Amino acid sequence: MASPATGVRDWFHERFDLEGIKALAQKKKVPAHRYSYWYFLGGMTLFLFGVQVVTGALLLMYYRPGADEAFESVQLIMTQVQFGWLVRSVHSWSANLLIFMAFAHMFSVLFLKSYRKPRELTWVSGILLLFLMLGFGFSGYLLPWNTLSYFATKVGTEIPAQIPIIGHPTLLFLRGGEEITGSTLTRLFGFHVAILPAIATFLICLHLALIQWFGMSVPPRVEAEWEANPAARREIRFFPNFVLRELMAWYVALGMLGVLAALFPWSLGVKADPFGSAPAGIKPEWYFLFMFQTLKLIPAKVLGMDGEMLGILAFGVVGAVALLLPFLDRTKPFNTRRWISGLACVFLGYMAAMTVYGWVAK
Amino acid sequence: MISVRDLVTRRQRTGILLTAFLVCSGLMAFAQARNSCLDCHSNLPEPLGVSVETYSQNIHAQKGLTCAACHGGDASSDDPEKAMSRTAGWKGKIERKQIPELCASCHADAERMKNYNPGLRVDQFQQYKTSVHGIKWSKGDAKVAVCTDCHGVHDLRAPSDPRSSVHPTNIATTCSHCHADAEYMKPYGIKTDQFANYEQSVHHDAMVVRGDLSAPTCTTCHGNHGATPPGVANVTNVCSNCHVFQAQLFQTSPHKDAFAAMGFPGCVTCHSNHAIKHPTDEMIGTGEKAVCIRCHTDGDAGFVQARAMHDQLENLQSALSASEEILGRAERQGMEVSQPMLQQAQAKDALLKARVTVHSFSESELKRDTDAGLAVARQTHAAGEQALKEWKFRQVGLGLSLVMIALTLVGLGFYIRNLEQK
Amino acid sequence: MSSVPDASAAAPSAPPDLPRRRLVNILLGTGLLASAASFLYPIMRYLVPPKLPDLGGDSVLAAKLSDLKPNTAKTFRFGTRPGLLIETAAGEYRAMSATCTHLGCTVQYRPDLREIWCACHNGMYDLNGRNISGPPPRPLEAFEVQVRGDEIFVRRKQEA
Repeated sequence: MASPATGVRDWFHERFDLEGIKALAQKKKVPAHRYSYWYFLGGMTLFLFGVQVVTGALLLMYYRPGADEAFESVQLIMTQVQFGWLVRSVHSWSANLLIFMAFAHMFSVLFLKSYRKPRELTWVSGILLLFLMLGFGFSGYLLPWNTLSYFATKVGTEIPAQIPIIGHPTLLFLRGGEEITGSTLTRLFGFHVAILPAIATFLICLHLALIQWFGMSVPPRVEAEWEANPAARREIRFFPNFVLRELMAWYVALGMLGVLAALFPWSLGVKADPFGSAPAGIKPEWYFLFMFQTLKLIPAKVLGMDGEMLGILAFGVVGAVALLLPFLDRTKPFNTRRWISGLACVFLGYMAAMTVYGWVAK
Repeated sequence: MISVRDLVTRRQRTGILLTAFLVCSGLMAFAQARNSCLDCHSNLPEPLGVSVETYSQNIHAQKGLTCAACHGGDASSDDPEKAMSRTAGWKGKIERKQIPELCASCHADAERMKNYNPGLRVDQFQQYKTSVHGIKWSKGDAKVAVCTDCHGVHDLRAPSDPRSSVHPTNIATTCSHCHADAEYMKPYGIKTDQFANYEQSVHHDAMVVRGDLSAPTCTTCHGNHGATPPGVANVTNVCSNCHVFQAQLFQTSPHKDAFAAMGFPGCVTCHSNHAIKHPTDEMIGTGEKAVCIRCHTDGDAGFVQARAMHDQLENLQSALSASEEILGRAERQGMEVSQPMLQQAQAKDALLKARVTVHSFSESELKRDTDAGLAVARQTHAAGEQALKEWKFRQVGLGLSLVMIALTLVGLGFYIRNLEQK
Repeated sequence: MSSVPDASAAAPSAPPDLPRRRLVNILLGTGLLASAASFLYPIMRYLVPPKLPDLGGDSVLAAKLSDLKPNTAKTFRFGTRPGLLIETAAGEYRAMSATCTHLGCTVQYRPDLREIWCACHNGMYDLNGRNISGPPPRPLEAFEVQVRGDEIFVRRKQEA
């Protein structure tokens, strides 16, 4: 009577504690309250990262890094390879959605205060992952080696060069030389497909392990309500209820990616000519626009110091504050928590406004 | 540190400096011959005045020649009596009629010119004597152009200097000083619209607007020192110096003998001589802008050929436009069509070639070029259609997968509901 | 997530009808399978390499040694444009773009003139690709030639 399925299951039963794993899985719960929908963002980010890994691996089958081959290989993918246009367009669109989702996830965690004790390290690993995603975006952007990529990378690597002392070494490190050349392409390719993925894998595993360890955080207000009225506490099972809902969300995301790739395929552009002049109005991708526009608006000299350098240092300070946020959040001796929400709101508004401004500005 | 002060006395220093100054001035004087004429004449009003700046632009001045080289006299003397003395050879104002021979006294002397620029020609005067200007001059005409009319006199620059009146970009303007002046040209009975016509031409556009020095100006076709209109029988020879293929095709075409018999001036018959506009496909054929119908009438063999050639060109042009349109549409829809677009450029080759082959005035010759072009245009058009088809395929594929996804979502929704109704 | 019952809630209410549950399961199963197929099908097709030969600035096999004799030339495909491979009278190989810099026609080698000629408007280039007569404004782009065994490869001049 043993069907092949039960035979396989028994094989595993004899070697692994399947029942134990199943029990653990059944125990995993997700709190259900009016903010629970925000819990989906993390999984969505992970899903989009997975899409990037799969489409990225597929692209690696045909992409060639090297100044005289990169553009042509992308052209090959877009024109000759079956469904190459789909894989490449999904990769490009998903990259943008991923970064958007990562920011959304971060802000939702911030506003829901999930970074509080004991989840500080989860937050820190998350911020590092956000920086990594931006790094992925920056390094990946050069790989098609078209005019936009070339000049965006040129401008993008010139900005950290403004930092005193470490600026120029940083530029050399990023560019693999003084100028953007084939060496830059090789280097950024190495970052994009090996170094950053290795670090990201580690951080994601850490991030997920910590989430598993600590369980889902409940926002302070809801926690207070539940403390007052324990009967109001609601939870749903992770397996299968939450997972099935997440699967629905992921399917919606897949649908969206398909629509975007088919209706708005990513353009090939024109092969980069290092001796050509930068096209007018060159600007980076939208996720760097708010920083780019800020730097453009800072006056050349502020209080006698170089404006651009001050801007970059300011970004550094913001990044450091973001990284160390859980350690800055206190209720005593003074209530920084409310300040954090308020400032985050202002910052979010600023980012959005600067992004739009940068987009429409000539 | 020992300084100069310690090595020589003050007196000795003064003596050394004074000697050095004298030696240097002497050397400078040696380099440039003293031109005393300008001392007075730079302050005199017109027509006796010649400023130092003006004369310094003169190529002769730069080679060390003084006013005396042409006007005679003694340029080293400050005394006007001595400087402008007849015994010293002073000629005073040079008469127009004397100018060609005066210039030739150096410029036709190979031995003398070798001292200054061995590469310069020395036959300008000889050429001049064969020109229309030269012939009239030898008969005593004082109005006709002499050397200084074109080259300038006191500010005479080398022809390679862009400011020279005989620099290629300025030649047409220089000629027009006389040849566009209806009053001045009245006694000669020739038209004065050449410059106005030339200004409308593609050659003027190339030379003056785009700065292409290889473009023709008056002297290119008419000669400079030996300036003479080429003559009706020789027009094709002149044009063929640059327009090689068109001329070769013309020579083997039926038009060569026909034009010669009718006394038509070759290329000029259809293209005009000075107002050479950019040719269009309308020029060939039987339409109202066509040049063919000036001679050919409905029914004659030429008329038939003209119409056939025009149709061929039009076919190719419209095939090119059609494939450009479809490729453009595909590109706007986001399809990758850079390869067919590159191929399209090669189809344009054929059209370019065809427009040259037109000069064979043979429909079958033309057909070879247009057929080649049509073949490529067909391919690029097919590529464009393929791209649009592919786009449709993608939309259909998207639709299908969206249906699958919707199905799954609905299924998931119900499944969850069932699960949680327990 | 309003109407979400707790996993530990007691008293199970009557389960939905069996046929309906079966329907939903079939629906879900079909949906999952079909959508999975619609993702996997393109991936499978993608992994099969395209038929066309190598595009791109890599080395291109222009000709075999036996294809050329001294003072002859061969036109070959270089990426998306034509290229010209010449064996000079002295036995040297030269390779360059065959696209005329005037208006884009394809040039050819003239063994009688030992020069490169464009049939469209009589442009002439020397054996180094330099424009020497007629309308072309710029030289032809020169390529690198490598002879490996009995095959002649051409590739773009390598940048720094």
